[in-house]
Amino acid sequence: MSILVNKDTKVIVQGFTGSEGTFHAEQCIAYGTKIVGGVTPNKGGQEHLGKPVFNTVREAVQATGATVSMVFVPPAFVADAVMEAADAGIELAVIITEGAPVRDMQMAKAYAVKKNMKTIGPNCPGIITADECKIGIMPGMIFKKGNIGLISKSGTLTYEGTNQVVKEGFGISTAVGIGGDPIIGLSYKQLLQMFQEDPETHAIVMIGEIGGDLEIQAAAYIKEHITKPVVAFIAGQSAPAGKRMGHAGAIISGSAGTAKEKMDALQAAGARVVASPAEIGKAVREVLSRA
Amino acid sequence: MNIHEYQAKQIFQKYGVPTPRGIIANTPEEAVANAQELGGSVWVVKAQIHAGGRGLGGGVKLARSLDEVKTLATEILGMTLVTHQTGPEGKLVQKVYIEEGAAIADELYLSVVLDRAAEMPIIMASTEGGMDIETVAHDTPEKIIKIAVDPAIGFQGYHGRELVFGLGITDPAEQKKMISFASKLFKLYMENDAEMIEINPLIKTASGDFLALDGKMGFDDSALGRHPEIEAMRDITEEDPDEREAGQYGLSYVALDGEIGCMVNGAGLAMGTMDTINYMGGTPANFLDVGGKANAETVAKGFEIILKNPKVKAIFVNIFGGIVRCDRIANGILEATKLVDVHVPVIVRLDGTNAPEAAEILKNANIANVIAATDLADGAAKAVAAAKGE
Repeated sequence: MSILVNKDTKVIVQGFTGSEGTFHAEQCIAYGTKIVGGVTPNKGGQEHLGKPVFNTVREAVQATGATVSMVFVPPAFVADAVMEAADAGIELAVIITEGAPVRDMQMAKAYAVKKNMKTIGPNCPGIITADECKIGIMPGMIFKKGNIGLISKSGTLTYEGTNQVVKEGFGISTAVGIGGDPIIGLSYKQLLQMFQEDPETHAIVMIGEIGGDLEIQAAAYIKEHITKPVVAFIAGQSAPAGKRMGHAGAIISGSAGTAKEKMDALQAAGARVVASPAEIGKAVREVLSRA
Repeated sequence: MNIHEYQAKQIFQKYGVPTPRGIIANTPEEAVANAQELGGSVWVVKAQIHAGGRGLGGGVKLARSLDEVKTLATEILGMTLVTHQTGPEGKLVQKVYIEEGAAIADELYLSVVLDRAAEMPIIMASTEGGMDIETVAHDTPEKIIKIAVDPAIGFQGYHGRELVFGLGITDPAEQKKMISFASKLFKLYMENDAEMIEINPLIKTASGDFLALDGKMGFDDSALGRHPEIEAMRDITEEDPDEREAGQYGLSYVALDGEIGCMVNGAGLAMGTMDTINYMGGTPANFLDVGGKANAETVAKGFEIILKNPKVKAIFVNIFGGIVRCDRIANGILEATKLVDVHVPVIVRLDGTNAPEAAEILKNANIANVIAATDLADGAAKAVAAAKGE
């Protein structure tokens, strides 16, 4: 068990033959991910990395039975690619590309929801179920198999958190980098629910950042529904206020999105909140010995 | 990216959103000529900087004669304007906007921003115009109206009705004008990939017309590629020169007040590194994300920018390589020590992709100032100790 993806998951790559797509698809295949083909318009019928290339996602799905797509197309074409995947019956699109316009993502996300397709990202490292399936750009070798689920906005903090969990002698069930863009796919709340229901996951590490209020929503959800131990870190306690966040944006959510506000909410919800990412590993040990 | 008030108003005018008439000036002489061209007997001289609170800071003044226009323009041009949004160092005023005076009967607030939770733009309005909207939100939240507009259906009649009834506008002619105003504003928000538009105040004139007396606009940086006319409005003098230089090398840099320079890959880990330094009793001198394509050149550039800051007493390089290969960073550090005079201790923690190779490279090079760290906590502790001269 794990969440969302495992050793049997059939994956296609959109933007398969581009340099990024090629490099990372190759790494995923080496990790053991069942990459069954890819899509690059006008290259249908060719073979790439020993897998078939298709002109459209629909053709790729029909020929391979793929249910997940890993998206590497350039930023201007991300929305188009995501909507194509949704229309072709893909169940989960993992969007790695950084720099997709926000307006495009509003449209693509709305369409994905309508078509019942889950999305992860954009601008994220992807998802990995340790020793089974890596869909993304993370360094696979650090993800030792185990019972900790991890959710993070940041790519490198996903690695840092994982590394500490592993150094403490534990391992990862599934790790998901959700991305930090204004419009993202799966968020803490849905993933917390999946980890709660996954028997293989015994504790959850949640890594957030300043800005927005997804972590506040997550705290409310943890309080109500999560019985497994949660270790949380919020990056940006020392970031100067107002460097980036427009004040009008903060008014909508009714919160300023500060690290302190989020840490307090998570603490109040029963999570073990650490002040530095260097403490994640020890905190996991601590909550598991208490449980 | 943000633009000036006068530029926002050019976009407003293009879409038929009513504004007072105005002309931009670079010199007091131009200011007078502009006032003459606008005609009338009352003008407003407005400093153009990317920050709110200009009026309170003395950057917006009323002139009742052409002589006064000249005096005020002379005073404001070249002044360093300090507002609650500029920081204590303030901002140099290089342009003034000369605008015709308007008879104000009422002041409202109107903005369009992305609601991240609803995943669609939201129109925010209030009868409490001219005030700091954060104060309104805090003290009297019931006086802020929020209307989410799904881009899939666009601005509909009911959005307009919710807006005018919410603002207590009862006169049918005024209702029509306000709905038209908001509908055009929403259209220009969408078509230009704006991140936010804020009009504070939006005034009602004595004759019952609505005018954008102020205008702030910010844009989605990821979409600027398809709006060259907006990209052309960029004012580089509004940007921090070090941040800008860093940006040209793919580095994301923000200067802070502390003593420990940081070079990290990924924004999250960069913030987490700063937090750890603070937690261990040190102070970060900067945020620096080397990004996913770091190489010897960008690392060297990063050192150069960090070391420009005389307060820096140690540098902590913290890399968890995913896409970034640690051996490249190690070579970058070697390169940097040749190109730049690295006169402070450099604590290096390299983990992830090709970390063993990187450790080997640094060990063989045996550079005097470079101290290896085993993990984040060890590196932060060594950096804090080095900055204290221990």
